[in-house]
Amino acid sequence: MRDFAYARAGTAESAAGALADPRTTVIAGGTELLNWFRLGIAAPDRVVDIGGLDELRGIAVDGGELRIGALATLNEIGEHPLVTRTAGALASACLQAASAQLRNRATIGGNVLQRTRCPYFRAEEPMPWPCSKRDPGSGCSSLAGRHERQAIFGWTQDCVAVQPSDPAVALAMLDAQADVLGPAGPRTIPMREFHLTQREAADVGQPMRETRLEPGELITGYRLPVSADGQAYVKVRERASYEYAIVSAAAAVRLDGARAGGARGQRIATARVALGSVAQRPWRLTAAEAGLPGAPLTREALIPVIERAMADAVPLPQNGFKVLMARNAAVRALLTAGGAR
Amino acid sequence: MTLDFTHRAEVALRLNGRDLTTVVSPRTTLLDWLRDDIGLTGAKKGCNEGACGTCTVLVDGRRMNGCLTLVVQCAGRSVTTVEGLAGMRGVGEVGGQLHPVQQAFADHDAFQCGYCTPGQLMSAVACIAEGHATDDASVREWMSGNICRCSSYPQITAAVLAAAGEDR
Repeated sequence: MRDFAYARAGTAESAAGALADPRTTVIAGGTELLNWFRLGIAAPDRVVDIGGLDELRGIAVDGGELRIGALATLNEIGEHPLVTRTAGALASACLQAASAQLRNRATIGGNVLQRTRCPYFRAEEPMPWPCSKRDPGSGCSSLAGRHERQAIFGWTQDCVAVQPSDPAVALAMLDAQADVLGPAGPRTIPMREFHLTQREAADVGQPMRETRLEPGELITGYRLPVSADGQAYVKVRERASYEYAIVSAAAAVRLDGARAGGARGQRIATARVALGSVAQRPWRLTAAEAGLPGAPLTREALIPVIERAMADAVPLPQNGFKVLMARNAAVRALLTAGGAR
Repeated sequence: MTLDFTHRAEVALRLNGRDLTTVVSPRTTLLDWLRDDIGLTGAKKGCNEGACGTCTVLVDGRRMNGCLTLVVQCAGRSVTTVEGLAGMRGVGEVGGQLHPVQQAFADHDAFQCGYCTPGQLMSAVACIAEGHATDDASVREWMSGNICRCSSYPQITAAVLAAAGEDR
């Protein structure tokens, strides 16, 4: 790990001020950052520590909003009664992420800024193969090599990676807003637009850009509309715990009418659903959300709606299975959120 | 307000019940500091990237990966390693008392090679304190951050439940 100079920030403003210098990086939990330093993914001259800023801590409901400070850890969020009650999919996503000891350090501010788990990207310098994220324009070794875990939406020839965050999927599904502080003052970014696919980044002329966060901006917290919808986060992975998702799905469902015959006999009033690990951003199935109201909460009724909403998937040669797996995860998340199983 | 960046940071913290002040390069991880500067080699350097859990220690009572924690992030905090588990006058002395979790691991043969054991012990102490050692499934989920390549998981699970008083 290369040497760097270190300072503790006394206020969020002073941290944001230090970030105006592009050689400076912010550290909160550090669980992702220290591995970047080891691999050479980041090599800043200066690191500013925001870990001591009480103003960025805390979880509270204020009016109709759930407010979560950027320094709240994944374990704090996952086990907080206000979150389990009003944003259950987020609580579940947090507790299904990483391990108990990582979740004690990892913050929700840093979590959404984690980078892809692509093994070609996570090589130690000097880079043994091309990777456009590490060496812009060098190409994508995963596209030419192994790519069964990679994107089925929004990828380009430059990069086929996916964003691995679990909480980001729930935040996008729940219409959370990120509060950020930067050189131009505070502003808000909707979490469903926070991350960019490779295609979206190319379209704005910055093919390797991954988020809408501007240089020098700091996430200070999130605001979510308090929701009484039933919620679920389904994570499909190769082992039962402590593993990244192959695909995941977050859903929130409100049902119509009386509970005759239980949830199975009921129709959907509103539904929200987002997929994870299928693109470089959480993938809201907006076409499905438009088509689900009025549908019965059954597997048979949900499958064609989800399939139509995923019709624009473009799987790679080795990851066609992710289309079916993601469809099934979305269906299971909706059924679970609605209380059908 | 301009921040004062430094390449040599003075850090005051408590280690296994003892207050001390240390001067480190900011890039020094808690794990490297414990092992190389302090000489406490209980916490192991398995993967050095947060994947194996052998470096698990307690910071203010919460379990964390020592390899993903900088010493500078521990300023003002209390760090407990496996060496501090039985108390400063416990392990290694005739008649010394093991911590109940250590005793449960011994009683249940909850190791083979022993490399992961310091991390397993620290994680288990926290797992029990958190209230997550309630049944087999909960222990397996909340201990999943500690890998045991000898695969002593059934014995580890039994030991954690026994130490938690849930082995009825």
